[in-house]
Order: sequence, then C-alpha cells, then structure tokens
Amino acid sequence: MRLNVACMFAGLIFSGLTLTVQAQEKSIFIQSTTSTANSGLYDHLLPKFEAASGIKAHVVAVGTGQAIRNARNCDGDVLLVHAKAAEEAFVASGYGVKRFDLMYNDFVIVGPQADPAKISGVAEVGTALKQIADSGAPFASRGDDSGTHKKELALWKAAGIDPEPASGSWYRATGSGMGATLNVAVGMGAYALTDRATWLNFKNKSDFKILTEGDAALFNQYGVMLVNPAKCPDVKAEHGQAFIDWLLSPAGQSHIAGHTVGGQQLFFPNAK
Amino acid sequence: MPLQVDGLTLVIGGERLIDGISLTITEPGISVVMGFNGAGKSLFLRLLHGLVPQSAGSVHWAGKANSEDVRRRQAMVFQTPVLLRRSAAANIDFALKVQGLGSARRRDELLELVGLSGLADRPARLLSGGEQQRLALARALSCRPEVLFLDEPTANLDPASVALIEETLNGAAADGMKIIFVTHDVGQARRLGAEIVFLHHGKVEEQSPASAFFAKPASSVAQAYLEGRIVI
Amino acid sequence: MAFGLLATADADLMEIIGLSLRVSLTALLISCLIGLPLGALVATCRFRGRSALLVLMNALMGLPPVVVGLIVYLYLSRSGPLGWMQLLYTPTAMIIAQTILITPIIAALSRQILEDMHEEYSEQFRSMNVPWRAEIAALLWDGRFSLMTVALAGFGRSIAEVGAVIIVGGNIDHLTRVMTTAIALETSKGDLPLALALGLVLLVIALAVNALAFVMRQAASKFAYG
Repeated sequence: MRLNVACMFAGLIFSGLTLTVQAQEKSIFIQSTTSTANSGLYDHLLPKFEAASGIKAHVVAVGTGQAIRNARNCDGDVLLVHAKAAEEAFVASGYGVKRFDLMYNDFVIVGPQADPAKISGVAEVGTALKQIADSGAPFASRGDDSGTHKKELALWKAAGIDPEPASGSWYRATGSGMGATLNVAVGMGAYALTDRATWLNFKNKSDFKILTEGDAALFNQYGVMLVNPAKCPDVKAEHGQAFIDWLLSPAGQSHIAGHTVGGQQLFFPNAK
Repeated sequence: MPLQVDGLTLVIGGERLIDGISLTITEPGISVVMGFNGAGKSLFLRLLHGLVPQSAGSVHWAGKANSEDVRRRQAMVFQTPVLLRRSAAANIDFALKVQGLGSARRRDELLELVGLSGLADRPARLLSGGEQQRLALARALSCRPEVLFLDEPTANLDPASVALIEETLNGAAADGMKIIFVTHDVGQARRLGAEIVFLHHGKVEEQSPASAFFAKPASSVAQAYLEGRIVI
Repeated sequence: MAFGLLATADADLMEIIGLSLRVSLTALLISCLIGLPLGALVATCRFRGRSALLVLMNALMGLPPVVVGLIVYLYLSRSGPLGWMQLLYTPTAMIIAQTILITPIIAALSRQILEDMHEEYSEQFRSMNVPWRAEIAALLWDGRFSLMTVALAGFGRSIAEVGAVIIVGGNIDHLTRVMTTAIALETSKGDLPLALALGLVLLVIALAVNALAFVMRQAASKFAYG
C-alpha cells in the first residue's frame, strides 16, 4: 500500500511538471486589470484569438498599479490597463514598446437607494463629490494605486477636495480590488467610484444603483502595449505583438464591441 | 568475562550516586545485585552496560574498556519493557535486522522460547505486562549476548511469566551466558543467584557466593535487609 | 447549491478541484520528504544552534501566506534570480510556495511527536546499538499514525490558503485557478452565493481527504498498531 501511495504522489508531481511544460507552448501572459477580467471580456475574446492565431493567452488580473509593477518585473508579455499617464511613463522608461488606445468605457458613482448626499441626477461629478464630502456620507475608495484609484484621486483634486484628512471617518480606503471595495461599500452603505463594466457584472448590488454618470470627466480609456524585449529578453514579442495587432484590427475591435452583459455593451473600441 | 570494575563513580548534581565501586566478577552463571531502593542498583547496571558515562573509574570486560563494540556483545532487559509499536514478531525482526541476522526461523525459535508463538502477530503493546516482558527478553536474547543485564524484570508480573522468565534465564546461564540481575525479591535471588553483590549507598557492601550470603551475610546492612528491617 | 455544483460535475469546477488537490498534495508530499527527516533530525540530535533552529521552526509555522507568495514571486519573477526557469504563473510555482508554507508545520509538529518517542526509545536503542539512521526510520515508521495527523494539518493549511497561490499563480483561468482563488474571484465579482457554494465544496473536499485518512488508519492499525 505504501508503494501505491508513493506511485500516486509521483504521478501528481509528474502531472504538475507536464502542466508547466504545456504552459510554455505558444502562450503569452497578459498583465491586466480586474475590471476587464471580471467583466468577462477575456472569456469572450481569448477563444476567438486562440482560434485565429493558435496562441494561448493567460490573463493575470490585478489592479493597474500592480499590473504595471509586474510588467516592470518582466512578468508578462502584454500590458492592458487603464491609467494613461502611468502607461505613458511605463513606455517612456523603456519597459513598454508603444502604447495604443484600445477601447473605453466610463466610470460611475454608485451608492445606496437612500442617497444621503442627494447626488442622484447630479450631472457634474465634481459637484457630486463635493456633496458627498459636505454631507459626511461614507465613501469607499480603492486605495490600492489602481487605475480606478488614480482616476478617483484626480476627480477629488479637480473638485478641490482633499479627502486624505477624512480617511478613517467618512473616507474609507479599502486597499482592495474593485469587487472587494464594492462589497465593502454595499456593506456599509458607502458611495464608490467604479468602472461601469465591473458594476454591471457585480452580483452583490443589494439596493445600490448608479447615481452619477455621463460626465466627460468620467471617461475611462484603456491602453495596450507590448512589454519591451530590449528590457525583458524573455518576452514573447512575436506572439504578444500578434495579440495586440489582433485587438487593434477591425476583427478584434468588432469583437470588443460585441461583448455585452444583459444586452448592454461594456467596452467601446476606439483604436486609431 | 571476566568483569573488572575499578573505582567506578557517578556524580550527578554533586551527589555521589555510585561511589568508587571496585569489584571483579569471574563467576559464571547468574550474579544478583541486591540492595535497598536508591542503593544505586539500576545505575550500576547502566554503567556496566555503558549506557551512562561514568564520572570516574573504569569498567573492563575481558581486559577491554567499555565501548560500543563491547556493548554489541551484551543485551539488557529493562524494568519497563520498551517495545516498538509493531507486532510481537516485528519487534524480534527489528532486533535481528539491526544485527544483520534477520531470519524467520530464528525469530520463531525466540518466540517459542518465551512462549509467545501463538501471539506473534499481536501488536506488542496490546500484550499483557508479563507477555511484554517475555518479548523483551526474547529480543535481548536474539543477539546471543555474552552478557545479559536485567533490571528488576519481573517486578509486578504474573507468576507464570516470572516462572517462565526464570526458567529461560537458568537455561541461558547453563549455556554459558553471563547474567547480571538486579532484584530486591529475596526469594528470586535465592532461586537464581550463584553470587550476590549487595549495594548500599552507591558502594559494594558485600560480594559473596549465594550459599554463603543467604546462610550468613557478612555485613550488618545485608543482614538487616534479609530480615526485612529498614535501614536508612 | 454546493451539492448542485458537485452533482452537475461541471467540467470547469472539476478542473479547479483537480488542480487544488494536485497542487496541495504535491506540496504536502515534498514538505513531508523535507520536513519529516528534518523533524527527526532535530528530535534526535543535540547540536549547537538546535534551540535557535527549534524556535525558528516553530515561528515559521505562523508564516503569512502572502509573505511566502511575495518572496517566491520575487525569486521566480522573470527579473528575479530564478526567472530563467519561467515558473511564475504555473502550478509548479504554487507548489513551491505551498511547500515553503507547510514544511515548517510538518517539521515542527513531527519534531514534537518524534522527540517524545525518542525519549521513550533511546535507552533501549542504545542498548541494542541501533544505528542512527535505523533509529530515525524506526521512529518515523512507529509514529506513522501520529505523523499522518501532522500531514493532515499541513494539507489543511495548503488547501485552504489563498494568499500565496494567488500571487505566484495569478489565478489564471484553466491554468492556475484553484478553489481558494476561485472563491476570492467570485467574492470580488459580488457573487457571494457562488463563492459560498465553492467554499462548501472545499469543505467537502477537506472532509473527504480526512475521512480517507481516517479509514486508512483504521485499516492499517488492524494489522500493526499497538
């Protein structure tokens, strides 16, 4: 019996190793954001890309800040995130080859039905934020250096409010991903800034709904770029570039437009 | 054999538990070590077997100082048998294998010798106290030792097991094995002993042939012991 | 819902369960191969620095999985010292992280068990001149049922942790997604009922493994134990 157990374990190890080998065959790693992954976009796109190219793409979904740091460590072939300034810095420092606009959607502010800060229907996001700050109603922030977090900070700044001193009182930085932050917001009846795709896919909405949307300042641009093989020799440049080319091609763009949840389109292709 | 002990001393925590013992044992057969509780009998046995390093003095077997090599030709049965968590047979097999002597026939012989043939596959730790000690004895005999130490092996055992163990020891002694046996059962000492070594407070109080000892001990302490008086 | 999930034997779920078991059991095996001899060594030998090693082993039992994940990530990252092995975001990386996580548990807990047994056996073994290696083998074999509980503790830790595998595995669908990272993902999507159901499935797996170990022990002890 001991022998049997030993054989079983040996088999397990072996299968673990073969899995590794498979993973290295014509495959790429995409460092990307939770918003794109959680919205089901990759489940929609990747099988089509694999069918067209024979390349298997694996997605690591983390916050934009983490994704860029991972890419700087050369742990990815393609970077697909949403924080234009940080992306441009990434390319400028030599880690990215060239950044392309890929698609956009928008951010929204969600909050409880009761809406204590009365922001429902407020068209200007700056005004909405001011009302939240003035009312002292709780606001849940990502606080994790993600694309959404960067956007939120920029919006506060534009509104002339520094939420930092209120951290711990009405301003609550979760330091977590979008979904976790939404769970927290729902749990404590707090407002939150989220990208629309994640919100539409989010299942624990409770009585929350979109309260502020449509302001041009809430525009959310996604960019894609190849990690630079000059900095990271192990980058699978050919396959990674094939993926980017496919995304930017008319076929890829139309597949992005074709991804819907409950009849709603989540991302709007805008490659030039 | 013969055993030569010179100035054997064991000091633990400033206390001289074995206090300069010198003696010679040339007598074949069974030497019985007796004495009150705390006289140092068990420690003395462990020193002779080389399980405890002495503080001073020396132990020589046939002119050779104690060493692992010397110990290889000895065996010991402890007051509480320490058996492996395996079957009775596997316990013997383990001992045989350690000596590179493994054979099923030899194991069966040993189990037969101590009357455990029918219990070979029983987990050793589920045997009765007497059966466990008999198994420990069989294990000790497995290496065909020249010297066998026993530290009160039959304390608290059933009479049948005591009889079987004594019979086995007598047989082994008759075959030329030297046996050094600690007991404070006077009757047992009378039945087995060819020679008595009487310890008191870590010293040898008396060493005499058994017949002489039981007829009239030379020391007053041994006299008191035999009469069942308490000596502090 | 959990049983519904299991009953439908959804292919994706089966893949995730399979990978969870494969990663955690492999990590457990390697941890036992390292941890048991290490535990036996520390239990039976007296050497300089032993107390320090003991304290270290006990302290490492409390290693936060996230820290282990981070350290392994830094080593396996393509820009890290072992980046050339291209192991990041593979099941192998997850096995490495979990091995580091549970080896101290196996070593420290087995050390305690083996040291108690060693105390019991050592005089008898010295009398029999049992060589050191045979002594360790005997301790490991005789302690096998207690050590199985140690192994189960290690397995419980590895199958349940999420912090290490999500960093070095990346929670990649069809490649490195295991039960715990799938639960984290569904939670982040706000699909709490599905996350909870997956959690119950994980519980059922843990129960099944423990029950299997229990049955094996019962069967084996009929033959040998006392």
